[in-house]
Amino acid sequence: MPDGTTGTGIGAAVKRVEDFRFLTGKGNYTDDINRPGQSFAYILRSPHAHAKITSIDSSAAKAAAGVLAVFTGEDMQVGSLPCGWQIHSKDGSPMLEPEHPPLAKGKVRYVGDQVAVVIADTYSQAKDAAESIVVNYEVLPAAVSMSDALTDKSLVHDDIGSNLCFDWEIGDEAAVDEAMSKAAHITKIDLVNNRLVPNAMEPRAAVGEFDAATGEYTLYTTSQNPHVIRLLMGAFVLSIPEHKLRVVAPDVGGGFGSKIYHYAEEAIVTWAAPKIGRPIKWVADRSEAFISDAHGRDQINHAELALDANGKFLALKVQTQANMGAYLSTFAPCVPTYLSATLLAGTYTTPAIHANVKAIFTNTVPVDAYRGAGRPESTYLIERIVDQAARETGIDKVEIRRRNFIPADAFPYQTPVALQYDSGDYEATLSSATKLADVAGFAARKAEAASRGKLRGMGYSTYLEACGIAPSAVVGSLGARAGLYESAEVRVHPTGSVTVFTGTHSHGQGHETTFAQLVSDRLGLPMENIEISHGDTNKVQFGMGTYGSRSLAVGGEALIRAVDKIIDKAKKIAAHVLEASADDIEFKDGNFTVAGTDRSMAFGEVALTAYVPHNFPHDELEPGLDEKAFYDPANFTYPGGCHICEVEIDPETGVTEVIKFTAVDDVGRVINPMIVEGQVHGGVAQGIGQALLEYAAYDENGQLVTGSFMDYTMPRADNFPKFDVTTEGTLCTHNTLGVKGVGEVGAIGSPPAVINAVIDALWDRGVRDMSMPATPEKVWSALQAAE
Amino acid sequence: MYEFEHHKPASVADAASAMKGADDGKLLAGGQTMIPTLKQRLASPSDLVDLSGIAELKGITVSGGTVTIGAMTNHAAVAASADIKSALPALAELADHIGDAQVRNRGTIGGSVANNDPAADYPAACLALGATIHTSQRDIAADDFFTGLFETALEDDEIITKISFPVASKAAYVKFPNPASRYALVGVFVADGPAGIRVAVTGAGQDGVFRVPEMESALSSNFSADALANVKVSADNLNADIHASADYRAHLITVMAKRAVAKI
Repeated sequence: MPDGTTGTGIGAAVKRVEDFRFLTGKGNYTDDINRPGQSFAYILRSPHAHAKITSIDSSAAKAAAGVLAVFTGEDMQVGSLPCGWQIHSKDGSPMLEPEHPPLAKGKVRYVGDQVAVVIADTYSQAKDAAESIVVNYEVLPAAVSMSDALTDKSLVHDDIGSNLCFDWEIGDEAAVDEAMSKAAHITKIDLVNNRLVPNAMEPRAAVGEFDAATGEYTLYTTSQNPHVIRLLMGAFVLSIPEHKLRVVAPDVGGGFGSKIYHYAEEAIVTWAAPKIGRPIKWVADRSEAFISDAHGRDQINHAELALDANGKFLALKVQTQANMGAYLSTFAPCVPTYLSATLLAGTYTTPAIHANVKAIFTNTVPVDAYRGAGRPESTYLIERIVDQAARETGIDKVEIRRRNFIPADAFPYQTPVALQYDSGDYEATLSSATKLADVAGFAARKAEAASRGKLRGMGYSTYLEACGIAPSAVVGSLGARAGLYESAEVRVHPTGSVTVFTGTHSHGQGHETTFAQLVSDRLGLPMENIEISHGDTNKVQFGMGTYGSRSLAVGGEALIRAVDKIIDKAKKIAAHVLEASADDIEFKDGNFTVAGTDRSMAFGEVALTAYVPHNFPHDELEPGLDEKAFYDPANFTYPGGCHICEVEIDPETGVTEVIKFTAVDDVGRVINPMIVEGQVHGGVAQGIGQALLEYAAYDENGQLVTGSFMDYTMPRADNFPKFDVTTEGTLCTHNTLGVKGVGEVGAIGSPPAVINAVIDALWDRGVRDMSMPATPEKVWSALQAAE
Repeated sequence: MYEFEHHKPASVADAASAMKGADDGKLLAGGQTMIPTLKQRLASPSDLVDLSGIAELKGITVSGGTVTIGAMTNHAAVAASADIKSALPALAELADHIGDAQVRNRGTIGGSVANNDPAADYPAACLALGATIHTSQRDIAADDFFTGLFETALEDDEIITKISFPVASKAAYVKFPNPASRYALVGVFVADGPAGIRVAVTGAGQDGVFRVPEMESALSSNFSADALANVKVSADNLNADIHASADYRAHLITVMAKRAVAKI
């Protein structure tokens, strides 16, 4: 491979090829798609967190101007929106899995729950008509908080008899208790991982269409994984076979997890299209997005860390309550369990770990994976309790981490909570970050800030995450109802240009650039000869989509395997034409050469030979040059690294300013350093957002108080300093590219670094704890209380 | 939004008569509150009388110790005015920090004052500087103008034409923005001008903008930030929400007032 610092190969900072269309307003998003005869849907949503629907009178709406149809849950008798992951409780019983109808039947369970759909010639007509629908509700007490819900006084789902979805455990509790009994010190901590609203820039949208002549349905939707939607909606909800259902996820303006799931609106517009005989478009407005996109995080944790007299970790015990919201969203159950509790070793050699996770239904918007998905929650827990243990034992916070790091020579490393890490060097990333953050100069900066009446603090996070999900056999044994391989097709055209069909989906990640670089690198072709196609189930053979930082480690690996099949076949063709043995053909810089001679064929000539096979080894090969690969990963990948945050707090107002943020991330081999840096920037912005700004607040009646940007604090550019970001790699050992994944590390590693920095800044003033988000009022109040 | 009749008169008189003729008419200035309200279907006026075509409502003049700003002058124009920056820089700076660039290029001083949002910036300037609000019918002193939350002394078909501010020898405005909306969580305008030493607070009061007499008297004897350090504002009648308790707002009033004085 070329060293990649120039050109378009691996390691080159190629500018993103997709940006021209995005920056010039030529992107093709779902709302840009307008089908002939298209009508518009408006979803009437529940204003109550919990209520019985005693009657719905939609007669006036049906008679209103432009209205084509009104449907309610009684009209829409289809399958339940499915959950893709089944957890078993520690007693062996399967999780409670309530029915999730696309339109509510008899009861609404959160503010935003779908009650009816109005379809009209225009969106305004549909919305006008919806106001005339008379719904009689018998309002019920709402189980808003997890502690309320656990009493079962008010059942979110009467038929399943409890709000406790599952009560799961992992690890060896006896070993943990034994270690705890011998510990020199036990550090305890109670944490809340605040609920977040994803807020992708593009709100969700869907267009459903039915072709009566062919019997084919088409759904255009804002999805991270169109094949998954085709499978879930087709097989479980609407009973449409795959060959009659096309799902297209065109340009998508950000997902962050919230566009993984199969949502009711997708099923509603697809189901209703043949009923009215016209295509139907639905587009969420921002207010609707707040109460209908799956939320993220929302855990309460209690943790205890046992240490010996030298500060070595002996055992970690965790109790977690995880909010599921009102229904099980597609992957909700795996987030607090197999994507979170399995990460509790972090970067440390803690020999005994036990976690208990209770998943709880509440009358709130369903909760599911959001950038990081479970790993931010475990990372926050580990890095907070490690800092607290350092404070309590008097060991320096960096030193206590070093004493407990898994050493670089200990890989592969088996943790006590199922995962086996393949590679890493946590000392290296810590050491580099320490230099980049100028830790040595911190004391002087702190003193200078103090002279201005400001409080400076520095916080660390030496995190690890598991991504590149995931080995199908492993996740299958853990409850996944899907495989998590990926596929790619490399179609070489007769004159040598290439179209790649990938089952991953790009909604901001830059796959059209990164994947093209892989092909450019391997086949020696210029970028402009390579097209990356994704997002259409009628074009792409199959795919599981993009989430869990999997696209490069799983999808890129599938692509490389398909490219290698192309090279293998092309060598045989070249060998035939050049009258040599295939074993003697060398492929370099786009040319097939007989070793040791000047006889060679360019890639384009081989392609033409494959499609105009006048001189072709027909007895050995089929014509054409088009190869597929499916790749199922052997393990998760394990990015990790060190984030260091430096904050300055104004004690008069409680305002925290992030002065400096340093991230040294081990993401494996870097294909495009510019895109990698951008991914870390975005993730860190979301992590700082969680730590300082964002939270979804419900009132006691289950109304979302932070239901707009007037009250929900979205991070803005002026909330951040310029980030100091770099990568320092060990290679993944089980894929040929050596790549790990970068999409989520920023959001995973950063929140504890920020909060540890805030606590560090406030420590001398007597503050001992801080919860997320560390808003100005919270910081000011903590200072008042400590005085 | 619901349907309404749209009028675009060319004079204040025509605007007033369009309002008189409407069942439930509303004036449209820069629309930074009105349009979102309509889009959210929280208002259904029969008629919208758009003031953007009335030339006499725009413009800035500074003369005889008075800054006069036409009601339809947008925030960006106030922020950029060399005359205001020279005569009353605190007012230009206040305008420069309202909302974001888009809001400042649409939102108007007349619209802001007429709406009397309890977290708006301009009401604090009006009250602290002792401004006069000129309307299609009369002149109203700022002291009499702001009557409560989103309430003013304006009659239904009365139109603000301009606002005049006496130039103050000392003036400064400092706000603590709501982290989410960036409206003033607490904004304090301190002035020493023809109306005397005044401290006006926006963002914090349950009834909107208000003055702080204890601070005004403290500054009268010693115009310095230190003079305010021990002036505690009562949390009674202050707003409380998820962003700030009444106690925190009360505390911030003192901090912002000190910082405003220190800026002068």
